[in-house]
Formats: sequence, structure tokens, C-alpha cells
Amino acid sequence: MSYEVALIVTSMLAAMSCAVPGLWLVLRRHSMMGDALAHTSLLGVVAALLVVAGLEAAGLVDPTQTEKVADYAFLAGAVLVGVGTAYLTELLTHSARVEPGAALGVVFSSLFALGLFLVRFAADDVHIDVECVLFGVMESTVAWDTIGESGVPRAALINGIVLVANLALTGLCYKELKLSAFDPDFGRTQGLSSGLTHYGLMTAAAVTVVAAFKTVGSILVVGLLVVPAATAILLCYSLRSVIAITLLMAAVSAILARVLCRTLPSMTFSDWGVEDVSTAGMMGVSSGLLFLIAWLFSGRGGLVTDSIRRLSHTVDVAAEDLLGILYRLDERDQKPSKQAVADVVAQRYDLSRFVMKFAASRLRDRGLVVLDGNEWQLTTPGREAAASLVRKHRLWEVYLAKHFALPEDHLHEAAHRVEHFIGDPIEKKLVAELDDPWIDPHGRAIPESD
Amino acid sequence: MTGELFSTLTSYNGLMVLLGTALLGLSAGVVGSFMLLRKRSLVGDVVGHAAVPGIAIAYILSEMSVAGSGKSLPGLITGAFVAGLVGALTTLAIDRTTRLKADAALAIVLATFYGAGVALFGVVQKSPGGSAAGLKNYLNGMAASLVWDDVKLFAIVAACLLIVVLLTFKELTLLCFDTDFAAAQGWPTVMLESLLTLLVVAVTILGMQSVGLILVVATLVIPPTAARFWTDDMRRMVLIAGAIGATSAVVGVAISSTGQKLATGPVIVLCDAALFIGSLLFGRKNGLWWDWKARPKEAVV
Repeated sequence: MSYEVALIVTSMLAAMSCAVPGLWLVLRRHSMMGDALAHTSLLGVVAALLVVAGLEAAGLVDPTQTEKVADYAFLAGAVLVGVGTAYLTELLTHSARVEPGAALGVVFSSLFALGLFLVRFAADDVHIDVECVLFGVMESTVAWDTIGESGVPRAALINGIVLVANLALTGLCYKELKLSAFDPDFGRTQGLSSGLTHYGLMTAAAVTVVAAFKTVGSILVVGLLVVPAATAILLCYSLRSVIAITLLMAAVSAILARVLCRTLPSMTFSDWGVEDVSTAGMMGVSSGLLFLIAWLFSGRGGLVTDSIRRLSHTVDVAAEDLLGILYRLDERDQKPSKQAVADVVAQRYDLSRFVMKFAASRLRDRGLVVLDGNEWQLTTPGREAAASLVRKHRLWEVYLAKHFALPEDHLHEAAHRVEHFIGDPIEKKLVAELDDPWIDPHGRAIPESD
Repeated sequence: MTGELFSTLTSYNGLMVLLGTALLGLSAGVVGSFMLLRKRSLVGDVVGHAAVPGIAIAYILSEMSVAGSGKSLPGLITGAFVAGLVGALTTLAIDRTTRLKADAALAIVLATFYGAGVALFGVVQKSPGGSAAGLKNYLNGMAASLVWDDVKLFAIVAACLLIVVLLTFKELTLLCFDTDFAAAQGWPTVMLESLLTLLVVAVTILGMQSVGLILVVATLVIPPTAARFWTDDMRRMVLIAGAIGATSAVVGVAISSTGQKLATGPVIVLCDAALFIGSLLFGRKNGLWWDWKARPKEAVV
């Protein structure tokens, strides 16, 4: 397995294994718990190493076995501290009535500080490369720590196993997880222990975080836990799709990270001979990029797509208003010159010139209007559309006058807004209710329907 | 040993460090009180992590324009400030414009910005200006190397912060307790919210000099939470939080100066934690000891 492939595979597996428990953390509004677990795992690792060093000094552990024991110790230490973090936070929240966010902040920052303190304090007994723990050393782990002859990095295998385990747990506990995320009270009435689900999830997350240590380090794990899931939530609306897209986003962000690692530095910093930067850091960036794209461009709710949709709708309404203006000018035997139209718009309508330009070109594209010299002319279909709009406007005015005893000058505004949203069924009902009127309250003729 | 400790602490350097970190602890405790009420304590964590790429970018830009100028403090502080502010605002934006909740917004911004910071630090490491060791101090704190100029700067910034808080105390309190009422009364809630965010970012940038960016959240969260166990009155809470913050800073610096292996930042936070546990147990309001004492005794039939 080549170095590049191994790097991508390892980071993909790490990302996907983290994304699964992370999804449930996000759904249960515990995203920052992922951050807390990532920070406090340092303490777990340090404490574990101290214990192992102590055991070794006491002769209980064979020095040649130290590394293997250390690996298990890491796991145990991180899980204990992780579950401890969750437990202490719950304790503070419920027994001491501390605000949940603050409780989490107090617990994890204290434990993290303790971890940092021990790193320096016990530096003689235990050598911890804080950089390694905090930022990960994916590049060297993948290159050197391989299984036998195959070149498969051990980290890939570990992350792969954790991924499979997390997927299995999700499958087995799907109902419980789903209920605890979306309707915990109902779950409790059904007898599902929310405590078990909570601590079970925390344990799984803690194990996952430790497994991803060597790949991405503990702090960047937060990104892998939360961001792919958040992106998926922006894009999908059913839980199954969200799960699938989460895994996809995790995998894509790993690949994208590697691509960015190879291309960006040489583009911007080549003077300094920088060819490669931390893949783990780039993974945080790439998953954030994917999130940004979803945030801006997702089909429903994307900031950019929403703005475009709203603008389009504004233009549609303006186009109909324009048809109405032309019809009324024609009724009064006034020339529908560009200037006349602009005057009416300025006087009675609240539309910017930018929008009006768009509206006019939209009408032209649809063949409802042509520009004849300096005058706008309604085409036959255009005239029909305009008549239909004005008909609805005036029917609504009759309706308002009949039922609400409004003075004459109050009717136009309301009808002006509503006319765009009266469809055929409502029009028919209005005609029936009002007994097919032929003039509006201002004395103008109501256009006949086809 | 005590004699040595005393002379170290009262030396010029020692006093600078004590004064500087005390001011930082005080400001953080005060500003953190409002964040606690706002239920946004963890914003400090996000701002701290979001500031990291700002430092790296400031360094890189300086180095690219004038080689060797990378480590100049004003540039780095500006970079950290801007990045932290952008991070905080992005959090608010995600919360307001998507279905995601506040906690997810915080985590997303933290992870993405920090990832960028780590990646950029990789570049910094390989730059001709040398290693990133000097810059790493902003992550881990460097209280021990504070000098009079730094302390002067802190004093000014901390004083400004405290004056601002004093002037806007009523408004900020109202914002934190009942935003909707404040808005209905005509207070400019958006501006106040932005002001609060600015204060948090400013405190974070100050804090990075003493406890480091990673631990600054502790100084923002722990003192106010501890103060809650002593009083319900907002004014008293702010004072107590500030006092706790300043005290643990001073004690922390004193303790860490007794040994080489005692990292200043973590020790300050551990002092905060100790005072927290003390308040949790013995605080006059809701302290667990008093609750236990006041529990109803067995009924006598």
C-alpha cells in the first residue's frame, strides 16, 4: 500500500468512525461534549502513562511489554476520564443546579488543565509529546507503524474496527438512540433508560476519540465528530439519509483534505519550501468547507439559494404589477410610454429600478410584452394575463367593500397585495359569493374571464 | 524557601507578573459573569480556539512583507482579535440562519478555525523565521515572561473593559436576563450583544498572554460559576467573580514560581477549580454544605 493511499484510507476511516457517535451527539444537543471529551482525553492518557510507569517501576510490568500495556492503558484512561467528565457534568447540572454549558466548561477545562499540569510535572517519569497528543502525527504513524509486510497502517486497522463497532452499535440501539434524540420523554415512558443511552454514547465516543488520537490528535477530533453530521443535517431531512450523508461527508472531507494538503501550500508558500502541512489540520478545514458549501447552497435553507429564490419571487410579483400598470394605462387611454410607466411605479409602487428591469425582461422573455419604439405593448397572451390579474384585484375590492365596510381609499392597498395569490378556485368562489359583479367599488369595469 | 519565594514575587519581574495576571483574572471573571447569565459560557472556548489561525496568518503576513517582523506583538494581537471576532460572529450566524442549535454552531466554528490554525502553524514552523516556539506561547500562556510594557497594556485594556462594563451594567444585565423585554423596551439589543461579544474577544486576547488561548475559557467560566454559590445579586456576583479570578491568578503565579515543573497556566486554572469546589461546598447560597445542614430532620412522632 503506497504512502498516499495509506494516508487517505487511514484518515477516511478515522473520520467515518468519529462521525457516527458524533452524529448522535449533535442530534442530542451535546456537540460540545465532543469537545470536552477531546480535551480531557489528554488527562486520561497522561494518567494512564503515569500508572504504567509506576507499575513498571514497581516491577509489576515487564519493560518489554510496556508499549502494549500502554496502549490498553490509554484506552482505559481515556474512557474513564471521558465517562467521568460526563458524570461530573451531570452531577453539577442536577445536584448543584449549575447551567449545563457552564457545568461542562468548568469540568472539562479543569480536567484539561490537570492534564497539562501533569504533562510538565511528571515529565521526568513519563515522556509525553504534547504536540503528538494534541495534534496527532498521522504522517509518521502511517509511514512507520504498519502491520507486518502489508504496509497497512495499524491506525487504519484500529479506526476501521472502531467504525464497524460504532455502526453495529447504531444498528442495535437505533430505536433507543432515535428516541433519546428526538423524544426523550416518550422514551422514558417506554422504559428506555436515558442514563444508559447517555453514558453508553459517551463511552463509545471516548473510545472513538482515543482510537483517532494517533491519526488526528485529540483536539481536531471535535471537527470529525460534529461537522460532517452538521453538514448532513443541513442537507437531508430523514434520519436514515442523514446517517448516510454523514458518512459520505466524513469520507469526502478526508480525501479533500489530502488534496488540499498537496495543492495549497505549494501554491501559496512555495518560497518557503513548504510542500505539505498537517493533514489533520486540513481535515478540520475541509469538513468546514463542506459545511460552508451546504450552508450557502443547500436546496432548502441554503443562504444563497434562499436569496435567489426570494429575489425571483420578488421579480415575479413585480412583473405582474407591471402587467397591471400597462392594462390600467390602456384603460385610461394613456400612452404606455417608458416614462409614464416609470412615473406610476415611482408614485404608487415600492419597487426598485433594478427589480423593474428584471421584471420587464422576464415579461418579454415570456412573450407577454413587447417594446415598440418607446412604448410598452401588451401582446395577446399578455393582455389576457393582465386582465386576469386586474379581475382578481377588483373582485377582491368588491369582497372587502361588501364585508368590511372599509372606505374606498383603503381597498386598493389590500387588493394590490392579495391579487398575486388568488388562484382559480378562490376566484370562482368570489364570483359566486359576490354574484358575478361587473363593476368595482371605484366604478371601474371588472374584466370578464375567459 | 518562603524567603526565596517572597523575594522572587516582590522583585520587579514578580510584581509585573502578579499584577498582569491579576488584572486578567479580574477582567475575565467580570465579563464571564455576563456570559454565564447569557447561557453562552462556552463561547470563550470557541473564541480562544478561533484566534489561533489569526495569529498564524498575522505572523505569515508580517513575515511575507517584512522578513523578521513576524513576531511583533501588535500584529499578532490584531490577528488573534479579528479571527476570534469572526469566529464568535460566525457562531451567532449559524445559530440564527440554520436549523442547527447553538451547541453545534459552537463546535463547528471551533473545529474548523482550529483546524485551519493547526494547518497554518505547520507552515509557520517551516518558515525562514524559525520555529513556532514563540507563537506556541500564545496557546499555552507565558505569564512568566511578562514585562512592564505588557502589564501597562493589560492595565489599560482591562481598565477600559471594566469602565465599559460599569457604564453599560444595567443594559447588559437586562440583556442577559430578558432579551425580549429589553428589545420591547427599545434597548438596542443587537448592539449590546455585539458589545458583549467584543468584550469576550478582548478578554480572550488578554488571557492568551497569561494562561494561553486553550485555557482562557477556564478563567471565563469557573469564577462566575463559583460566584453563583455566594449570591443572587448581579452586582455582587460580578464583584465576587472578579475577586475569585484575580485571587486564583495571584495564588497560581505564586505557586508556580516555586518550581520549574509547575506550568503557570494550568496551575492558575487549578486554583480556580479549587476555589470553585470550595464555593460549591461552602458557598452561602446553594452551597452543598449549607443545603445538607438545612435538610429537614427526622420527624418526631
